[in-house]
Amino acid sequence: MPATRQLFALAWRESRTARRRLLLYMSSISLGVAALVAIDSFSNNTIRSVHEQSRALLGGDVMATRNAVPTAAVDSLLDSLRTHGIPTTTSTNFVSMALVPRTGGTRLVQVHAVAEGYPFYGRIVSEPANAYSQLESGYNAVVDPALIVTLDAQIGDTLSLGQAKFVITGTLKSVPGDVGISAAIGPRVYIPERFVRETGLLVFGSRVEYEWLFKLPPTQQSSDFVRAFSKRFAQGANGGMRGAGYNESRLASAIDQLHDYLAVVGLVALLLGGIGVASGVHAFVMRKIDPVAILRCLGATSWQVLSIYTAQAALMGLIGAAAGALLGIAIQFLMPLALKDFLPVDVDVRLAPTAIALGLGIGVWVALLFAMRPLIALRRVSPLQALRRESDADALRRSRQDPLRILLSLAIGASVLWLGMSRANTWRRGLGFTFAIAAAIGVLWMSAAALSWVARRGVRPTWPFPIRQGIGSLYRPGNQTRAVVLALGFGVFLMGTLYQAQYNILRSLGLRMGEARANVVFFDVQENQRAGIDSVVHAARLELIDETPIVPMRVSSINGKAVSDLLAEAERARAAARRRRGERLETDSAKDSTASDSAGREGAGQSAANRGGERRASPWALRREFRSTYRDTITESEHLVAGHWFTHRADTLGQVSLEQDVARELGVKLNDTVTWNVQGVLIPTIVTSLREVRWQSFAPNFFAVFDSKSLESAPKQFAILVRAPGPKEIAHLQRDVIAGYPSVSSLDLTLIQQTVTNVLGKVTMAIRFLALITLGLAVPVLFSAVAATRRERLREGVLLKTLGATKRQIARVMLAEYALLGTLGALTGVVLSTLAGWALMHWIFKMPFIPAFVPAGLVAAAMIGLAVGIGLLTGRDVFAETPMAALRES
Amino acid sequence: MLVARNLSKEYRSGDNRLTVLRDVNFAIPQGAFVAIVGPSGSGKTTLLGLLAGLDTPSTGQVILDGSDMTAMDEDQRARLRGEKVGFVFQSFQLIATLTALENVQVPLELRGESGAGERARELLSRVGLGDRLDHFPTQLSGGEQQRVAIARAFANAPRILFADEPTGNLDSDTGARIVELLEALNRESRTTIILVTHDHGLAGRAQRIIRLSDGRVISDSETERAA
Repeated sequence: MPATRQLFALAWRESRTARRRLLLYMSSISLGVAALVAIDSFSNNTIRSVHEQSRALLGGDVMATRNAVPTAAVDSLLDSLRTHGIPTTTSTNFVSMALVPRTGGTRLVQVHAVAEGYPFYGRIVSEPANAYSQLESGYNAVVDPALIVTLDAQIGDTLSLGQAKFVITGTLKSVPGDVGISAAIGPRVYIPERFVRETGLLVFGSRVEYEWLFKLPPTQQSSDFVRAFSKRFAQGANGGMRGAGYNESRLASAIDQLHDYLAVVGLVALLLGGIGVASGVHAFVMRKIDPVAILRCLGATSWQVLSIYTAQAALMGLIGAAAGALLGIAIQFLMPLALKDFLPVDVDVRLAPTAIALGLGIGVWVALLFAMRPLIALRRVSPLQALRRESDADALRRSRQDPLRILLSLAIGASVLWLGMSRANTWRRGLGFTFAIAAAIGVLWMSAAALSWVARRGVRPTWPFPIRQGIGSLYRPGNQTRAVVLALGFGVFLMGTLYQAQYNILRSLGLRMGEARANVVFFDVQENQRAGIDSVVHAARLELIDETPIVPMRVSSINGKAVSDLLAEAERARAAARRRRGERLETDSAKDSTASDSAGREGAGQSAANRGGERRASPWALRREFRSTYRDTITESEHLVAGHWFTHRADTLGQVSLEQDVARELGVKLNDTVTWNVQGVLIPTIVTSLREVRWQSFAPNFFAVFDSKSLESAPKQFAILVRAPGPKEIAHLQRDVIAGYPSVSSLDLTLIQQTVTNVLGKVTMAIRFLALITLGLAVPVLFSAVAATRRERLREGVLLKTLGATKRQIARVMLAEYALLGTLGALTGVVLSTLAGWALMHWIFKMPFIPAFVPAGLVAAAMIGLAVGIGLLTGRDVFAETPMAALRES
Repeated sequence: MLVARNLSKEYRSGDNRLTVLRDVNFAIPQGAFVAIVGPSGSGKTTLLGLLAGLDTPSTGQVILDGSDMTAMDEDQRARLRGEKVGFVFQSFQLIATLTALENVQVPLELRGESGAGERARELLSRVGLGDRLDHFPTQLSGGEQQRVAIARAFANAPRILFADEPTGNLDSDTGARIVELLEALNRESRTTIILVTHDHGLAGRAQRIIRLSDGRVISDSETERAA
């Protein structure tokens, strides 16, 4: 269509000098688009990689685990599977102390005693390459490089695990499905399974996980296999069976959650960009009143005028969004590097066309929608403006009640809601997100309006002229107080919230570490080893803080009803619930699940039922092994929420205090009777109190605490807590204890502290990265907001110069205006971010909140500086031009 | 033919009413060269705006070639302007971001006509700017800018041309040459020219003078040039 082509040609030519400026306004959305593209692409790539590597992640087609020695029934089942041609391999996993005799270094490690052929899929890569493949050839150990470093060991050194000695033949380079950071928490040691008994570590009370991997024939579905055998494997223990799809769906849902969270951040960035676009285009519209009036005189219809400027905005929006998409693609390649320590798969990064197209589409849509709102005012510019020029504000005055403007406002609202809902997955969260954004914008808008009001009424004639003039700019017609406060406030709000959360989490963890008096813990200490270890501690002249008895036990019956009956009841309720939901049995591999995990989920569902008044126990709580203690006092990390602490009772019934959540999972309330099975001896107790426990504290905490009388004579282990003055003393103590008592494990809490500090260091880096993006985002948005009043500033500044104002005076006027705007935006943002920080700590992290004044102050100061800097930069023409030249230009 | 019938224009500001034009009546035949004169504030520019369809009267009608402009909406009037009306302004009103050639092309492009570039070149040559086609308005002198504006005004071969103080921003020699150009175009293309000015010397070049005072037509007479 020639007319359309000519119109676009005219639009292109007419944009000649405004392109750079319009592009700057439109670039406000670039970072938002970059965030969306990066996050969506990363999520697509990760989920695809997880899918491709799902069998490698598990190591086999199906994995079975249990936390107790296999019963005869399990053994015969395994034999029968093998005879039916289903290859099996195993790994016995437990924690133990490792000692390198040459250096005397000790460290708690995760031992994986693996059988030949482990794993079936995926490859455990070692250095040298043949170290892992030749593991079975002798007393060999392949260890995490972190262990080599912490124990000052080298390849070829002897590594003692309990009573057995191994030779370190290599280090681990990668283990499929392992998150890199897990090695920092407990380094892994791989040894051949046939030597595990020689370590003598698998004794009474040891926490061991037995793991089997199965390789199924291609014709057999892992889900059928899981359904057929999972219950028989879990019998009498906690554990279960899962197919490769289980890990896939679990990881995919975790990645989905991360994606949802980041996507909301991306959306906020995009919407903030939208506000920047609207402010910038508003300034652009002001400059276009004259050419539009001329075009109208020359016969352009309102539709033609709108088409010309919409085409310009759309093109620049597309370029801005495309730049954002390119940046997003670049970030997408960097994200796996930054997150590799937290990811269980090697992410194979590929371009994700859908994510790129979606980011681009949403970016252009948001840019255009926000640009259209100010642009449509150009339809109303009268051709009379060419004859007799009114002020900018007057020329656009009549557009306030424009139905198209109202329609666009509604479209913006609907788009935000739609974007929020499509990103947040559920309509409730989508609504919550939209409401939160609206509330933040509303508060910022109102503070800006309040500032205008106060400025109008508060200014005094006695104040110096530059201050009065600067304050006057805040309420004069066409002021940009709202846009600047909104842009600044939102930036401070986002950055401030991040810093408030970071400060409080770090402070809280720091406090907890600080409050732990002991810095070394010995556990799995048998009764007959206790005195010996005490004497080692005393000989080293170290302070013995506490000795906590630990008695392993299971629940036998509740209120006279046997656990087996309660489990059957739970199973029936579960089946009934399934029928009610009309839920079909899990048939696809993605829904494979372990018996215990299904039970756990059911338990969560039942918790809801429990809260509703009906109490039914969760299978996992009924089956689990409780490691309980007895004592007559309550500790600092717990407090009673119901009942009373142990008192003397006339009857022989023991007394137990339960942690409130586990009581709910067991379906137990105050004064119920619970009978415990302690190594075959039944101990009946009455629940005399419920406790809330601060699990995060660095002190031994327990689900069930008994009165001393009930358990004193039971077979038990001890946890011994010691305080040593420094790392050297800790190392010597660990070495001496492990040398004499190889089955005892010890934990150096200072190492945990270091590990936590490392992890938090990475989190801090991620937060700084996000903060930097926010700051980067604020710059074009602020530029756009400030640019909206540039023409007015220029006219005023030049007029003042003509009337004899010095550059210094003009600078002070501008400084006063932007410092005030910056201060208000920053202060409102700080208040909002403090509220958001409190909400995050209270509801999400469940930690106490103390406002972080220093980071908040720094963020606020940075933003005020940014506002003043951008304000002065935008107004630099006032200083540079002579009054005459500037008057001509304006 | 342009007819003004009982034209009035009132502005309201709160409870106050300001009448800037009262009961204006006249008819201007095709090809005439008419000057509207009067002191500052007499309503000249308001009348020009109404006659050109840039604004709507409070009462009365403006009829251009049989079409009642007061009965049209803004976009219909814009189309009519695109087809039949040309403008020359005191401050030239060129689009600063377009070259001289592109400025002249605009009215043709708005109508979707082909060969806009060629016609624009021809018009610029006719006003003596054939060698300044790619210059931007800021690179041209005042007289040259006004010549570009005149070339643009004639681009769509208007039936009527409104000129608002076309020499107001020019020195007397340049102003005289601009008026000569307008007269030549009036003769050659039989375009009606309506000139708004307070310069009596310039008004004397017209065939007919309509005098305004305080929003009323106080005289409407032909000059010697009418013959």
